[in-house]
Amino acid sequence: MLETPTKTNVEVNRESSRLKRMLNFLNSKKVVPYVFILPFVISFLLLTFIPAVQAFVMSFQKVLPGQTTFIGWQNYERILNPTFYKALSNTTIYVILTVLILVIVPIILSVFLDSKLVRFKTFFRASLFIPSLASIIVAGTIFRMVFGESEVAVANQVVTFFGFEPVDWRYNSWSAMLLMVLLCSWRWMGVNVLYFLAALQNVPKELYEAADIDGANVIQKFLYVTLPHLKPIVIFVSTISIINGFRMFEESYVFWETNSPGNIGLTVVGYMYQQGIQQNDMGFGAAVGVVLILIIFVISFVQLLLTGAFKRGDE
Amino acid sequence: MKKILLLGMVIFLLGLLAACGGGEESSGGSADETLEAGSDIEDATELTFWTFAGTHAEFFNDAAERWNEENPDRAIKLISETYPFDQMHNNLLLALQSGEGAPDLVDIEIAKFPNFLQGDIQLESLNDQLDPIIDNFVTERLDMYSKEDQYYGAPTHLGATVVYYNMDIMDEAGVDIDSIDTWDDYVEAGKQVLESTGKPMSVIPTNWYGFWPYISQKGSGFFDDNGELTLANEDNIETLKFIDEMVNEHEIAVVPPGADFHTEEFYGFMNDGGAASMTVPMYYMKDFTEYMPDLNGKIQIRPMPVWSDSDIRSVAMGGTGTAVTSQSADVELAKEFLSFTKLSEEGNIQLWKQLGFDPPRWDVWDDPEVRADNEFYEYFHDDIFDILLDIRDDISGVNMTEYTPDVLEELGANVLHGVIREDNREPEDALKETAETLKGQMQ
Repeated sequence: MLETPTKTNVEVNRESSRLKRMLNFLNSKKVVPYVFILPFVISFLLLTFIPAVQAFVMSFQKVLPGQTTFIGWQNYERILNPTFYKALSNTTIYVILTVLILVIVPIILSVFLDSKLVRFKTFFRASLFIPSLASIIVAGTIFRMVFGESEVAVANQVVTFFGFEPVDWRYNSWSAMLLMVLLCSWRWMGVNVLYFLAALQNVPKELYEAADIDGANVIQKFLYVTLPHLKPIVIFVSTISIINGFRMFEESYVFWETNSPGNIGLTVVGYMYQQGIQQNDMGFGAAVGVVLILIIFVISFVQLLLTGAFKRGDE
Repeated sequence: MKKILLLGMVIFLLGLLAACGGGEESSGGSADETLEAGSDIEDATELTFWTFAGTHAEFFNDAAERWNEENPDRAIKLISETYPFDQMHNNLLLALQSGEGAPDLVDIEIAKFPNFLQGDIQLESLNDQLDPIIDNFVTERLDMYSKEDQYYGAPTHLGATVVYYNMDIMDEAGVDIDSIDTWDDYVEAGKQVLESTGKPMSVIPTNWYGFWPYISQKGSGFFDDNGELTLANEDNIETLKFIDEMVNEHEIAVVPPGADFHTEEFYGFMNDGGAASMTVPMYYMKDFTEYMPDLNGKIQIRPMPVWSDSDIRSVAMGGTGTAVTSQSADVELAKEFLSFTKLSEEGNIQLWKQLGFDPPRWDVWDDPEVRADNEFYEYFHDDIFDILLDIRDDISGVNMTEYTPDVLEELGANVLHGVIREDNREPEDALKETAETLKGQMQ
């Protein structure tokens, strides 16, 4: 140990400098961001990207145990059938309704909640937000009971109180859509209200003062001062709602599992699940998934182009 | 331009995430309930059994204990796991597809069974067990779980479809149920019931239970012997018209609350004397005794009325086949145990005694043990098996193909809902359109 002290020192020095260089390298402005995103990138590649590529390949196959064969475009040719159109039209109507409701209503609610005139704000805010914490399965079960067929179910009691006939909620296409949209809106209303409330805090007070001086009334102030400042959040919320709407599965599943009468509750993801997993046709299910990706991609792209999200603020 | 590309990428990735996110509610998960038999025996071979019915798990558990008493040198440790219906079939499908994680023994429901008879079949043939005893079975039942002369499933019951009559209502209406021979008689009796009691004669669910038994009884089906789709053939259209008329013209039949025979709403409805009769396989006895206590002693079982152009008195319907998977570590033992549990004489007697199922082996139907008094005889009447023996040769099976699950799916989703419940589609159009849709799927 005492034989070559100098050597050890040199080694130690060398090692520590190597460590330092290593740390410096990891700490450098160019590298550090990549280190931080590495965990996400790895999990994304392993759990999302590779399976997605495999699903893409699978969409050209007939997948059976021990007999997986390439069948070209056959799965895609079969997609163009009435059931898929039904699923797609259900999903599209659902998306349109949820986007409208989940953008317009939260804006109005958040303006009220931000106003000085409303009392018990915290209570309202909390009660709007709490539904988003509920498990959808639990919420769906309650909804199914509320909208049961029997005359004593809550919804039917309300309906009959107003002098209407009791409704078979889960068996008409209009009420089926109503149930799904209602469940979704009930759950996400509070979250969207939060987004808009946050955005409202950023509207400069001076603008309102200036508007007051110019003699603007409440509605004019809302239209010309508040709304333009909410635009980025509107774009964000509507994009997320569109994407979530197209990938909707649970809201339908909790009411009918995958077999709704007349396919009134069938969604594209529900169709993918039904065909791919339940009917053992994974290649076809994968093809439906690929088509869904394309649809979401195109619609989101067009939407962001139209709303000008690609433009810089100063252009 | 760069920005557009970048944002495009972001959306694309979001889309990927979206498309991969669906269905998460239903995958994986642990069993609802696990039973173990023989865990205290040393050197016992471990076998796993998956089912979706808790009563089946108890049945297998009991069988394992009996097996261990009789075969101490080949003892087994049986682990029976009960999962929700959909989850169990999905997990099994993925396990067999990927070649890993399947149990030794598994219950597969009839409407799902064909899904597992595709590709290189991952189930073991039971022919070596069945060959010596096959003459004792109503073979129509075994055929449902077969492909190319190989039998893959051990039946749980015969599932002979019968009519359960509520005698309180029939007596009130003054109808003698033994005078109902044909379906036309049934409709006439129904009109009488409706007139004098205001109650519907029958219930027609909007899933395949409202259609399949009736066409099978006519000797028709969804496919012919060559596997060609015959959904929209003359017999089927005529039958659907007949059912449609019962519900929407004569109004002697209604869609059950909950649209199915296995819902809380329907149990309550029937228990309160909501309908005068229902057509359903024998296995429904257990539902009566469990969920409709008020009907104790009031129900009479009779074979289905016949169609005027056919002699078939009953149809074997529904039912679960238990299979041995190729992934089993000891296929021979699993097969022998399965045979002991469900194919042997003793096993069939137990099917009746423990589960109230009509055993698929007719040679036990007059066995003293089967005839011994139990809750089912008490609830219903004594001559249940005499009725079965009487119609034994006139029971028809159903023709299963790999596309049968698709047909059943479409029937429930499109045909019966529109024709029976909504009454906005003609039977002929509905069947023809659905047949076209299915042909597109069958490429």
